[in-house]
Amino acid sequence: MVKIYIPADTTACALGADNVAEEVVLQAQNRGLDIQIKRNGSRGAFWLEPLLEIETDEERYAFGPVFAGDVAGLFDAGLHEASEHPLFLGKVTDIDWLARQNRLTFARAGAIDPLSLDDYKHEGGYEGLKRALAMTAEDIVEAVTDSGLRGRGGAAFPAGIKWRTVLNAPSEQKYVTANADEGDSGTFADRLLMEADPFQLIEGMTICAMAVGATEGYIYLRSEYPKALDVLNQVITTAEDANLLGKNICGSGRDFHIHIRVGAGAYICGEETSMLESLEGKRGLVRFKPPLPAIEGLFGKPTVVNNVLTLAAVTTVLAKGGAYYKDYGSGRSRGTLSVQLAGNIRRGGLVEVPFGASLRELVEDFGGGTASGRPIRAIQVGGPLGAYLPESQWDTPLDYEAFTDMGAMLGHGGIVVFDDSVDMLEQARFAMEFCAVESCGKCTPCRIGSVRGMELIDKIAKNENRSASLELLDELCETLDQGSLCAMGGLTPMPVRSAIRYFPQDFESETGNEL
Amino acid sequence: MRSSDRVPEVVVSSAVRKFADTPGGLLPLLHEIQAGLGFIPTDSVPAIASGMGLSRAEVHGVISFYHDFRDKPGGRKTIHVCRAEACQAVGSRQLEAHVKTRLGVDYGETTPDGRFTLEPVYCLGNCACGPSIRIADDVFARVDTDRFDELLGDT
Repeated sequence: MVKIYIPADTTACALGADNVAEEVVLQAQNRGLDIQIKRNGSRGAFWLEPLLEIETDEERYAFGPVFAGDVAGLFDAGLHEASEHPLFLGKVTDIDWLARQNRLTFARAGAIDPLSLDDYKHEGGYEGLKRALAMTAEDIVEAVTDSGLRGRGGAAFPAGIKWRTVLNAPSEQKYVTANADEGDSGTFADRLLMEADPFQLIEGMTICAMAVGATEGYIYLRSEYPKALDVLNQVITTAEDANLLGKNICGSGRDFHIHIRVGAGAYICGEETSMLESLEGKRGLVRFKPPLPAIEGLFGKPTVVNNVLTLAAVTTVLAKGGAYYKDYGSGRSRGTLSVQLAGNIRRGGLVEVPFGASLRELVEDFGGGTASGRPIRAIQVGGPLGAYLPESQWDTPLDYEAFTDMGAMLGHGGIVVFDDSVDMLEQARFAMEFCAVESCGKCTPCRIGSVRGMELIDKIAKNENRSASLELLDELCETLDQGSLCAMGGLTPMPVRSAIRYFPQDFESETGNEL
Repeated sequence: MRSSDRVPEVVVSSAVRKFADTPGGLLPLLHEIQAGLGFIPTDSVPAIASGMGLSRAEVHGVISFYHDFRDKPGGRKTIHVCRAEACQAVGSRQLEAHVKTRLGVDYGETTPDGRFTLEPVYCLGNCACGPSIRIADDVFARVDTDRFDELLGDT
């Protein structure tokens, strides 16, 4: 029997994967063919979605992008025998764009049925937890520390140090929280992982709980991800039924429960203390630090707050050892970075490579330049609070320190490409507008500074007091940078200042005369 | 769905019962009410507050803080248009303008026929294949102005 894989991933479905699946069923019925459809996750090669795979004798052949109208032709051409078909891509694992990556966290994405615990275990899943359950808490934390793993949400704080702080905090009740409030534009890695390989997050959280002594865990998932919610709900039940979650996990005498909380459309709740407030059922107002969440976090108890990808990476660290993970990377950025190629890009999607590759390699070799075919003008790295970078900066290696050194940040690994039609003044204005819309309102620089920033950029656009307005805008940026309570206000100047610094011509008047 | 499921008092009191003992239960409770009624009626705030052991100000504060919660009924479906950078890079500004003209409403408004409420969204996680929109729970990719008109016709 022929097995056909069609992703149920958000992007694949947004491109029509459900229609493709319906058409496959219909065509098979019409032809009296016995086929089995499997709805896998996506491999993250979104430029090839809907990516249809046909499995025979353990080989999987890929076709893509396949739209509903292409399905009859594929059947006519003999399905897996259709090697002459224009959409035929060969063996899926030989697709160059995928084969050139170093997938640790996303190795299973797209290969397995996301809801199948057997699939997950068959591909190395739960090896990490098995080892963790045989180790002391100290040794688990030590392995994570040795791996050099740093927080993948954007702040890049060493995971081992955070875990050790929670481990050493004396408390009857501790929590593990997964930050799945992936709000940065240009990012989708958390979503992809939760939809394609969700057990990895569950396993990572469980390992964390064993390490720090937590019995309760929360996943804070943004409401924009309904498919991920559905998948997570199912796999949590599956894990509970298999005694991999709940009471006395695998006979270890240890308990750990995971709850899902859905956000409500507030970007700021991706900030860790705002997320904790929201988990407590409150307005997502940022908290003063200290105390750190590791000491006084959720409901005032010691809490690990880690990004989805950080927790996922822990499964690799435990299964294969800290040294194995640390072997990848460059400088103080160890392991792999899950880059998300987005915006105006020809071959967009998830590229997992060791730290150290250059931005140019990513957008040119993997990304293939712009989708519009026009030259790339600016690349925004690290989400809406990240810098806009011109070509002169594209050879910088992707590592945390190298990006910080040039006044930029890697953040959660989102790379948004713009072609030469972009107006950088508009982008700078949008950065201020976004901050005004999404500010929690607790601190003045962010709440009011962002509004003043929009007004100033509007003045510059209208050429009113241009040079004085630019000077004032710079001072305002300094105030946001220095005076804000969290990264929202603190980093909004980054896209604004980088736009002015690298693309000054967009802030100059066309006539040269000031009003 | 039983008709009582749509009665505000019934929906609110059953949600309160369900989440009163849940730690941090106010957000899931509000989601439940909005899923049942389409909005969170202002006059349900006192019942929510007393059921959850909170002040009315705290409940109102939470409802008004989050973009997802609304205190008035919306259209039968909500259309979210992504306004964030990755979609801007592939023409979402033009799409936005087109959608507003086509529906004859601005963000936060409902079409006169009650079919659609238009809302902005800052990222749907579909950033490699923008411009992206969401209609109810379905996300659509590479939506240019023609594609939007087509989707509107199908909805």
